[in-house]
Amino acid sequence: MTMPEAQPLEGRPLNAEPLAVDPPVLRVANLAKSYDLPTSLLSRIARRGDKATLRALDGVELQLNRGEILALVGESGSGKSTLAKILVGSTAATAGEIEYHGAPMPARRGKDDSRRIQMVFQDPYSSLNPRLTVGAMLRELLVLHSIVPAKQVREESKRLLNLVGLEEDALDAYPSQFSGGQRQRIAIARALAVRPDILIADEPVSALDVSVQATVLDLFATLRRDLGLSILFVAHNLAVVQHLSDRVAVMYLGRIVEVAETAELFRNPRHPYTRALIDSIPRMSAGSVTEAFQLEGEPPSPFDVPSGCRFNPRCPYAVDACRTTDPVLETVAPAHLSACIRASELTELAVARV
Amino acid sequence: MMSPAELLNARLQQRRALRSRSIKPWYRNGALMAGIVIVGALVLIAVLAPLLAPYDPIAQDLRNTLASPSAEHWLGTDKFGRDILSRLIWGAQVDLRVGFLAVLIPFVFGSVLGAIAGYFGGWLDTILMRIVDVFFAFPFYVMVIVLVFIFGSGEASIYLAIAAVSWVSYAKIVRGEVLVAKKQDYVTAARLGGMSHGRILVKHIGPNVLSQAIIYGMSDIVMDIMAIVTLGYLGLGIAPPTAEWGSMINDGQEFITTQWQQATIPGLMVVVASLGLSFLGDGLSDLLSPERRK
Repeated sequence: MTMPEAQPLEGRPLNAEPLAVDPPVLRVANLAKSYDLPTSLLSRIARRGDKATLRALDGVELQLNRGEILALVGESGSGKSTLAKILVGSTAATAGEIEYHGAPMPARRGKDDSRRIQMVFQDPYSSLNPRLTVGAMLRELLVLHSIVPAKQVREESKRLLNLVGLEEDALDAYPSQFSGGQRQRIAIARALAVRPDILIADEPVSALDVSVQATVLDLFATLRRDLGLSILFVAHNLAVVQHLSDRVAVMYLGRIVEVAETAELFRNPRHPYTRALIDSIPRMSAGSVTEAFQLEGEPPSPFDVPSGCRFNPRCPYAVDACRTTDPVLETVAPAHLSACIRASELTELAVARV
Repeated sequence: MMSPAELLNARLQQRRALRSRSIKPWYRNGALMAGIVIVGALVLIAVLAPLLAPYDPIAQDLRNTLASPSAEHWLGTDKFGRDILSRLIWGAQVDLRVGFLAVLIPFVFGSVLGAIAGYFGGWLDTILMRIVDVFFAFPFYVMVIVLVFIFGSGEASIYLAIAAVSWVSYAKIVRGEVLVAKKQDYVTAARLGGMSHGRILVKHIGPNVLSQAIIYGMSDIVMDIMAIVTLGYLGLGIAPPTAEWGSMINDGQEFITTQWQQATIPGLMVVVASLGLSFLGDGLSDLLSPERRK
């Protein structure tokens, strides 16, 4: 991978044909997750029984198509990690549906259900059991799910390691003997061991050295191409996914606010928040700074979501209607969804401001 | 995809990393080796007591009481004319056996309960931890002495009394470690891998949390030997005439001004045993924590 460029990459590498003919491998509708925080006795007396409710996810709509890399981008606290946890089934949603290949996913997943959606974690130091050798880790999964006959387990483990760019002598080593990037490759091999068709990657490169990030990103691209995996790639930074993903979904305060193909999103963002994210990517050229608009303030507390559009307190284009109407995710251009009532005017507004 | 040159480079890097981060062999660990040598020597003495001890440890010779060290009795004799060296050697057997066994029972019991409470949480955890708090509220020695009083003196009641009091420490240690371990991503990954709670607890969490309990167990053996010695000193320990370091210190203190070795040498044995076990615990903590290995 090269440094992020000012101009988004033209066209997508493969899968350039519309993917709409396939049913999505994963689709979530109206997904919500809220936590009721236990309040102290004192505050309960003062506020007369008001419960503090944290809305981590609030009506999330998203679909992952077969064989695509979908990037999920948002600030810390936007709920993207919560969404990832719900998708793999390690946390239960409060409301909403998850469909896997068009059929509803059971709330309590069996061994085979959980096998199909695997996860790569952010921190490769916490995601590998320090007491298991790489070989033992893979063997356990291969045997438990009867992926290959017992005699071929070692062969299969070697194949998995080669797949992620590691040598076979890693089999007998412990995780502590590897660097961060190598550990992340091992974590990917573990996820692939059970032959999933969906990979959820929760900021898999943000804990890695910048020099290693690119090679791990390349690995995801290779795996998608060679294995036909569908990948949901969670990131807090658009620059990371610019060259990797087919589509990008932007998340703000527990909701998806814009979804579009990557090139389209960079060229023609239809949500002010997306535009702010794009402008926040560091650029090499000098003149661009004047064009950028920067977000002010912190995202509002998920305990107290603003009325109307949840972005309105930070939005430079907010009008009165934005403070009363909660916009829904609508098609604003072919294969381009945005949750902004001024989505259609946004292109001209952005130009007018400069 | 990587070019052949990059691939080669990555492979070389991996080789180098594997070599440079290779684990320090256990025999290069100073504390561990010191512990093994000291504890090993004591265990050897205890096991070989029938061969090593020159005299019967409980045979009295009332014509030769309170003898000073001599060629026949290297450390002299006590007030009943029993050979002190022989009693010291046989005493190692009793004290080490009681020490190890008094740790084994609460270790197993406490660790299992603590692990279950920590992993599953909920009301089970709440009830168990309140019980633990009650036990912690009483001083160790007070509880042990009261229980030995109730059960009557003797080896079995010492095991029971110590086990009844000290399982709470293991439960608390293991529970705390499990609470940390179960939040680690590798546990989530194991769940996503379709593994059952039992398998995760035994195979993935267990090995990561037991090291702390094992290390604590080593120092607990020291504590228990001290407890036995204390009980022996208070006359509540192993019933006489069985040779045991605590009762030897107790017997010898009467003559501390004339025959200092009678109480001092068994006391030194307690110190040496404690030191050896502490070294062993320290060495094991290095060995059992791969993330801390350099």
